[in-house]
Parts: sequence; structure tokens; C-alpha cells
Amino acid sequence: MLTLKLAFRNITHAGLRTWLNVGVLSFAFVLIVLIEGLYDGVLQQVKDDMIDSEIGGGQLWQKEYDPYDPFTLEQSHAQVSAELTQEIMKRNATAVLIASAAIFPRGHIQSALLKGVDPDQKIVRLPAFVLRQHRQTHAIPGLIGARMAKSTGLQIGDVVGVRWRNAHGTFDAGDIEIVQVMTTNVPSIDKDQLWIPLDTLRAMLRMPGEATVITLAKDIARVPAHGPQWIVRDHAYLLKELIENINKKKISSSFMFILLMGMALLAVFDTQVLSIFRRRKEMGTLMALGMTRWDVVGLFTLEGCLLGILAFLAGSLYGIPALAYIAARGITLPQMTSQIGWAIGSTVYPHYGLRLYAVTSLTLFISVIVVSFLPTRRISKLKPTDALRGKLS
Amino acid sequence: MATSQIITVSNLVKDYFMGRQFFRALNGITFSAVKGEFIGFVGPSGSGKTTLLNIIGALDNPTSGEAIVLNKPVSTLHQKEAARLRNDSIGFIFQTYNLLPVYTVYENVEFPLLLLKKGNAEREHAVMQALEWVGLTAKAHSRPNQLSGGESQRVAVARAMVKVPEIVLADEPTANLDAANSHNILTMMQRLNDELKTTFIFATHDEKVISYLHRKIVLNDGRVVDDIMMN
Repeated sequence: MLTLKLAFRNITHAGLRTWLNVGVLSFAFVLIVLIEGLYDGVLQQVKDDMIDSEIGGGQLWQKEYDPYDPFTLEQSHAQVSAELTQEIMKRNATAVLIASAAIFPRGHIQSALLKGVDPDQKIVRLPAFVLRQHRQTHAIPGLIGARMAKSTGLQIGDVVGVRWRNAHGTFDAGDIEIVQVMTTNVPSIDKDQLWIPLDTLRAMLRMPGEATVITLAKDIARVPAHGPQWIVRDHAYLLKELIENINKKKISSSFMFILLMGMALLAVFDTQVLSIFRRRKEMGTLMALGMTRWDVVGLFTLEGCLLGILAFLAGSLYGIPALAYIAARGITLPQMTSQIGWAIGSTVYPHYGLRLYAVTSLTLFISVIVVSFLPTRRISKLKPTDALRGKLS
Repeated sequence: MATSQIITVSNLVKDYFMGRQFFRALNGITFSAVKGEFIGFVGPSGSGKTTLLNIIGALDNPTSGEAIVLNKPVSTLHQKEAARLRNDSIGFIFQTYNLLPVYTVYENVEFPLLLLKKGNAEREHAVMQALEWVGLTAKAHSRPNQLSGGESQRVAVARAMVKVPEIVLADEPTANLDAANSHNILTMMQRLNDELKTTFIFATHDEKVISYLHRKIVLNDGRVVDDIMMN
């Protein structure tokens, strides 16, 4: 208790030296929380977008379906069971049929996925209702994303030729009129794909009542009975790759964490080294007055630790309002999508969990204790008589 | 009248090693002191005064020989026991004052009492009394950098005396002071020696100090060459 009292007195009386250290440490602390919060915010945002726009409350995949193997698509379709049809009727799920096709935008051939979706579905955030609207031509109404529009040069009102193989292996062809170009943060419902009405695609493929994927509503209480043709893919499965990808990015960006932490800890380390160099006589005096070497080591280490605590308090004092403000307003990051490898909105909202706050504080605090202690080890070998003469033994 | 011996030094030797060479700072010192004495180790630079003072103050260990301070053999004391001896019973006064720069005068004088874990009221009373002894109550809230040399040394005396120790060890206490300030400090120490019966031991070659001593132990080349009772 006495050492704590003395350490507190020493650092509060040290004036500018203390406040400079506290400033650097607290700034690093707030910045680390912000950067980590940004990553967590991005993860949360991408997850939310993916859930809202693509995977809903989870999916049922036809057992042959493998999104990474286009050759499985010909077999990846099955009759939607009676139980699942009932859930679809009750608006608890929606069916998607997927087929590979070739499209001919502006005279070029390009492979694409045809995705059949119910224009009345409300399970995912996809403007499928546009597929119902009145058209100028007799072509099949089609919905594409902005990425697809960019890669093909297609615009609203354009008609593009499409060729596909039906369930009997026969090639067939027709025209699709682009009725809407949607903007979405989720590339997996955009790149290289055309959305058309489900019934139309079923008719084109000669696959009445069939589907490739059944997407469940977010608020569905339980996975409906689905039969052996369908495999349950929950959030843990569907988001696994995304989370792994973001975590990899997080690791590669940890150098920023190390840099900031290093800067802050260097400030404490420097102060400690300088203290030990400048305060040798004081150490000798403390020993002459009745402290042991280890009491002095404890005092100097505690002074460093108190800097960590003060930095935490100061950081919380100005950091919490600042971070809360940033979390509410978000940070605008234009062109982010292409640069970081996954899609996020133009505004990122940091997400600060209690875990992030606790882990960052604890890491900072333990590191401060270590760097405060390391230079003070020399004191344990210091002879009081040398210290009184201003020498380091 | 019965006198209690508080320091007994016998055949004390202290060697400092410098690479392969060694320097003998103390070479068979023997003397004893009783409670309430006002003694000075007198001699030229390098005669061993400070080394002897440091050993008596349990800040250093002898190479051989024995120094018994308040019935405790300094050479066998563990670091913690030595610290306790200094904290309980010995006050130090240094040539360069060695005040703790970030503390006020009050806090500097209070420091040894904090180490002794004295209560608030007791500390406050003792600190104010010590500041009164040295005539610095008005400067209680000043910082060391706001004091003159004489005032700083008076604070150092107050800090050494606040716990009313058995022994005060003063290493060249007037070396940085002018004649008037030296006189004030020494008169004050003499008064405290008279009133509190604290043993004062000086290491000095300052003639001003020597004239105040009751006993002068003359050192030369690490040996006692004279031990004179003064009038």
C-alpha cells in the first residue's frame, strides 16, 4: 500500500513527463481499439449483408450442389418436398434453382449462372419483385448486379442472348431483357449471374417443382423436415470461409497493432530507463532512508504500471465518447471492396465488444508491467553507496 | 555514570577491487561510541571517512573485521535487516542534501515516517515538530528547487531527525554551505544532540565543523591516527 502511495505521489508530482507518457499510451490504446473495432465492424457488416441478401437463416442444399464445382450443377437439382413446399407457401423459405448457361453480351460469349428466384419472395434482400414488372419485349425478365453489369456492359433495357441445356441434355436458347441493375455489397449474388423468375427457369430446364438451394427465413424456429436429397447448411458452415478470410486479413494487419503497441511501450521503456539513469541518487537516498533494493524495484515498476492505469483511464475518458461517435457516424472508405478482397459498404461502422475492450486493456496493461519491470532489474544489483554517488553498479 | 555503547568497530578492513588491483580504504579501524556523542571522523580526502560512515550506516559491508551498531553486526545483516536498521535507528545527512525532488519539504520530512508506517496524526505532529526544530515550518509546502542550500540542508536534518533516531550520520554536511549557514546547521545539530541525546557522527575535513565536535577521530590512509576528546 505504501509503495502504491509513493508511486502515485511520484508520478503525479512528475508533471509533464507523466502526462506525455499517459498521452502516448492512451492514444495508442484508443487507436488499437478503433482499428480492431473497424475489423470487427467490417466482419459484422459483411456477415449481416450476407445473411440479409443471400443465406437468410441458413440453407438447404441439394446434396450434389457444390458452388465451387460448376460440373456438379447439372445434377444439383431435386424436387422440393411437400414439407418444404409448405414452408415456402408460408413464406418461411424460398427456393432457388441454379443452372449454368452461356450468354452473348455485345457479340461475345461468356459463361454465367442462371438463378431462378420467386419474384414474390421476401426471405432475402434481393429486388426479385422487378421480375414481375411489365416489359417492352417478350424476352425473359432478368435482374443483374452492378458487377455483372460492369463485366458484361449490360444496362437496363438491354436484351442478351442466352443458351442453356435442359434436364434432357438438349441445348436451347432465348433472350433475357435486363429489367434492373441492383447494387449490392454481396458479390456472391452478383458476379457472373443472372436472376430470372423461378417458374420460367424451371420451364426452361424442364425441371418442374425442383430447386438447388432452399433459403430459410432468418426467424424460422427450426429446420423443416427435408428428406435425403437435401443437406442443412447453417450459418457456421456458410460463413466459415468469410470469417477465415477476415481473420487472415486481421492477422496480416496485426503489424499495425504491434507498431502502435510498440510505440507506446517504447515511451514507457524510455521513461523507465531515463528514470533509472537520472534518479540513481534518489534510489540511494531511498535505500539510506530504509527501503530495500527490491522495495525500490517495486516502486519504480509500480510507477510504470500506474502510467498504464492512468492511460487506460484517460483513454476511456476521451476515447469512449470519440469511439462511440465514430461507431454512430461510421467511417467512409471509398473503393474498399476491390482493395481488401471482400465486399463491404462504402461506410464502415466499427463494432466494439466488451471482449475487444478487455483484451486490449489487458494486453496493454501486462505489456506495460513487463516493460516497466525490465529496466528496473538493474536496481536489484545496485549498491546503495554507488547509487548515492550517482553511479550505476 | 553508566554509558551505553552503541557502536563498536574492531579491526575493520575494507578493500575495493579495481580489476586485478585492490585499494584498501579502511585498514584495521577500531573504535567505539556511546549514546549521545558528537563525533567527527576527520581526515583528508581518501582517508576512509565516508567508507567508515557507510559501513556504520549498514549501506556497505566490511571486507573483514566487525562493526556492531545498536547490537547488530552489520556484516552479517541481510539486506532487509540492514534496511530495517537504517529505517528504525539511523538518520542520514548528505553533502548534496539528497532531497527527493518531486516531494515538498513536508513530504520529504514525512518520508521516513511513511516507511515506519506511522499513523497520519503521529506523522503530522512529528513532521511539524521536526520542521520547527530547523525553523522551516513556513516552507513546508515548498519544493526543494525553491530552497537555498542552507534551507535544503535544514530539511535534510529535519528528515534525519523526524523519527528521533539513535544515530545520525552526516557526510560532509556543510561542504556546500557558507560560514553563516554552516554555523546555523551545526548549532542546531548540537541543540538536538543535547535535547534528544541522539548520537551524531560526522565525516568531515571542514574546520568549521571540527570546532563544534566533542570528539575527533583522525583518519589517515584508512587508519585511526588520533582519537581526541575536545573541550
